[in-house]
Amino acid sequence: MREFDYQRAHDVAGAVALLGADPDTRYLGGGTNLVDLMKTGVERPARLVDIRELPLDEIGTTPEGGLRIGATVTNGGLAAHPEVRRRYPALAQAVLAGASGQLRNMATVGGNLLQRTRCGYFTDVTQPCNKRVPGSGCPAIQGEHHNHAILGASDHCVAVHPSDMAVALTAFDAVVRFETADGPGQVPLADFYLPVGDTPHRETALPPGALITGVTLPPAPVAARSRYRKVRERASYAFAIGSLAAALDVRDGVVRDARLALGAVASRPWRAVAAERVLTGAPATAETYAAAADAELAAARPLPHNGYKVDLVRNLVVAVLTELAEETAR
Amino acid sequence: MRKKQPMASSTSSVITLKINGEKYTLPVDHRTTLLDALRERLDLTGTKKGCDQGQCGACTVLLDGRRSVACLQLAVAAEGREITTIEGVADGDRLHPVQQAFLDLDGFQCGYCTPGQICSAIGMIEEHAAGWPSAVTEDVRPEAGPPPLTAEEIRERMSGNLCRCAAYVSIVDAVARAAEARPDEGHAHSATGAEEAVA
Repeated sequence: MREFDYQRAHDVAGAVALLGADPDTRYLGGGTNLVDLMKTGVERPARLVDIRELPLDEIGTTPEGGLRIGATVTNGGLAAHPEVRRRYPALAQAVLAGASGQLRNMATVGGNLLQRTRCGYFTDVTQPCNKRVPGSGCPAIQGEHHNHAILGASDHCVAVHPSDMAVALTAFDAVVRFETADGPGQVPLADFYLPVGDTPHRETALPPGALITGVTLPPAPVAARSRYRKVRERASYAFAIGSLAAALDVRDGVVRDARLALGAVASRPWRAVAAERVLTGAPATAETYAAAADAELAAARPLPHNGYKVDLVRNLVVAVLTELAEETAR
Repeated sequence: MRKKQPMASSTSSVITLKINGEKYTLPVDHRTTLLDALRERLDLTGTKKGCDQGQCGACTVLLDGRRSVACLQLAVAAEGREITTIEGVADGDRLHPVQQAFLDLDGFQCGYCTPGQICSAIGMIEEHAAGWPSAVTEDVRPEAGPPPLTAEEIRERMSGNLCRCAAYVSIVDAVARAAEARPDEGHAHSATGAEEAVA
């Protein structure tokens, strides 16, 4: 590991000033991803600014009836919070589906959004990787890619974003708040992750040096009946091979409102806008759910070894929406 | 906070760690993990190194009462926190109820993962007592109340601790018994949870 300087920030402005847009400096939250990547040499910062003691560890309600979640709230604290579990149960489920109890107690909300892909070529510094070394190539396209993207990928990168939490946040229109030396800003999570294109090393819309201060969830009554389901290669403590955050409002057999976001299918959490369009106003039947999934998956471009994800996602959508509709009927 | 003007870069610090109620002051290279500080610098070798990348749970300790992996925790960043290791969970010669349950029910074979299992179980039982749901909790809404600590719940909540001897069956039994013995836990769930958990 490269040697590094360490400084601890105690307020947001101080943290931003300490980092000073220095490309060789990183904010340190829980460290569960950054420290791991430093050990393997993927990340080689010259300086860390520790932000864990910033006063950003609260979850509060907004006047409109949404939630404000601080950036240093731990994953464990987020999933345990009564208002998260009451208003956005799929968000609590998504967080609980990720990592282990120990890692959830360390990992922070801000760090979760900024965690890096687990693509085996990205995490192996002896391999080419356009995300790690721009222009060096993408061995995954011809190589090991059974867990990789089927939507929104490019010839330059087919890695998927690993977060479960961000999938649920995307379904519920979360907005990321951040602070820069020039003042605060915010960006909808839907626009937070950049399209892959030919710049897979550029992952987010955060300005240089920006510090994520929190996430705002707008009120979403439909989210009170929501669910996160994750499919993985073992029962627990593994990354998704496909996941779905969904909320459904059915009245008189007709879908009034639907929110869907997919995980482990793209470089970012994938809001299923085409599927939502098919669902809204349609009869709440398995045929509708399948048509919605097909509408979204029409854009899928699977690789030779991950075509199974198309069927997996289609089945996930039908199964989860069927369950949600049955709950509504009860 | 230190001032923001450029300063000589420093790659080491003298830190004070509070471990099992005692203060230890030592110089550390910033690259030192809490795990290596405990084992290599402070002779607290009860905390074990398995994978060293956050996947096995052998290095589990409690930070401010919450279970965490010491291999991904930088020692310098642990300054100011209450660190509890396996050496600090017993009350003098009286074993912690989780330790006693692991002994009584053979919750181990070779023993290498055991300190991490025990620290993790201690933290997990507290999380459950605080009403935290898990990934296998059917209804996470607070109105549903805390889920009984069934064997399925224990397996999910302890999935961050691997045991290459595969002593899992006994580990689940030991955790269930220790949870049952917890003052607030036993009577709250004895009818629904504990019997099922050890079944």
